Amino acid sequence: MYFFDPHIHMAARTTDDFRAMAKAGCVVVGEPAFWMGYNRSGTNSFYDYFRQLTEWEPKRAANYGIRHFCWMGVNAKEAEDVGFSREVIALLPEFLERPNCLGIGEIGLHKCTRNEVTTLLELVELGMKTGEQLLFHTPHLEDKYKGTRMILDVLRTDSRVDRSRVCIDHCEEHTIRPVLEEGYWAGITLYPTTKATPQRAADMVEIYGPERMLVNSSADWGPSDPLAVVEFMFAMRRRGHGESLIRRLVYDNPLKFFSQSRNFHFTPPQTT
Amino acid sequence: MKTPMRATEVLDREFLEIRARLIDIAAALDRIDRAEGPVGGDTRLELIRHAVQILAGATPHRAEGVQSLFSLPYQDDWRKGYGL
Repeated sequence: MYFFDPHIHMAARTTDDFRAMAKAGCVVVGEPAFWMGYNRSGTNSFYDYFRQLTEWEPKRAANYGIRHFCWMGVNAKEAEDVGFSREVIALLPEFLERPNCLGIGEIGLHKCTRNEVTTLLELVELGMKTGEQLLFHTPHLEDKYKGTRMILDVLRTDSRVDRSRVCIDHCEEHTIRPVLEEGYWAGITLYPTTKATPQRAADMVEIYGPERMLVNSSADWGPSDPLAVVEFMFAMRRRGHGESLIRRLVYDNPLKFFSQSRNFHFTPPQTT
Repeated sequence: MKTPMRATEVLDREFLEIRARLIDIAAALDRIDRAEGPVGGDTRLELIRHAVQILAGATPHRAEGVQSLFSLPYQDDWRKGYGL
């Protein structure tokens, strides 16, 4: 079965992973701009990273028959420095026009500070001015519930936000319901220890249904699995769920969500 | 959406995994006990004990309950505090 991984950090992965993903049926990846493991030292570092996501990674992916799309933004961890964030935000319009750019992401909150919210508001403002899709990172662990509710509060007060074009990612059991109830796409991330497992993701699908659900690996520079979406497919099959439901979650849904971006041009693989 | 498997099938499939994870948790708690130094006042241990009570209870949505237990509180008037 062909699938998307709509949130994965391929810049941190080797071509071994592209190869394994391609062999498993991955046809599209979505790569949001994120924290590299330590804070960047200047805007040039961000500029080069944005070039990597818009120029180099699509080439690496293409060698394995995978289409690479990306999101541009200031990640939540580095958003605490508002002045620096503003300098990076000034770089974004150039990259939002790149042919593989889907929108603004992954933006969000980390420790839910005032500065993080200030940066977030300015990123949302840019997104509304240029008509972007938005991808939100919700905080880790004990900050997740509070941060998710705060992100929803921010978006609720902006009437320009088209909720059908927004994904609130890294949802878990205590945050997924408000995200879905307010009309957003809910991303479930299959990542060890700090996020969900394939089994728990399957549980959430059974409880809430497949509408506006996305699953992803968010595989990055830490211990993580670029085949996590395949593990999810396996978990669903083991429970007896049908192929059309599984396909909806790993292919049709991300295709529908990505198709709302002006730069998303994708020819589905031929099945005959 | 209905779960395709019956409850007995889920239990049959999950029992050994649950058993193994409970033993892991028990062993980790024992490890804390065997280690030197006090942890008596550490609120994380209270959270763990409370979480175990949630698991043992009959109230559904245990996963959500444990998640909420380990979460910081949300205040809906946060904007006021931030002047935003």
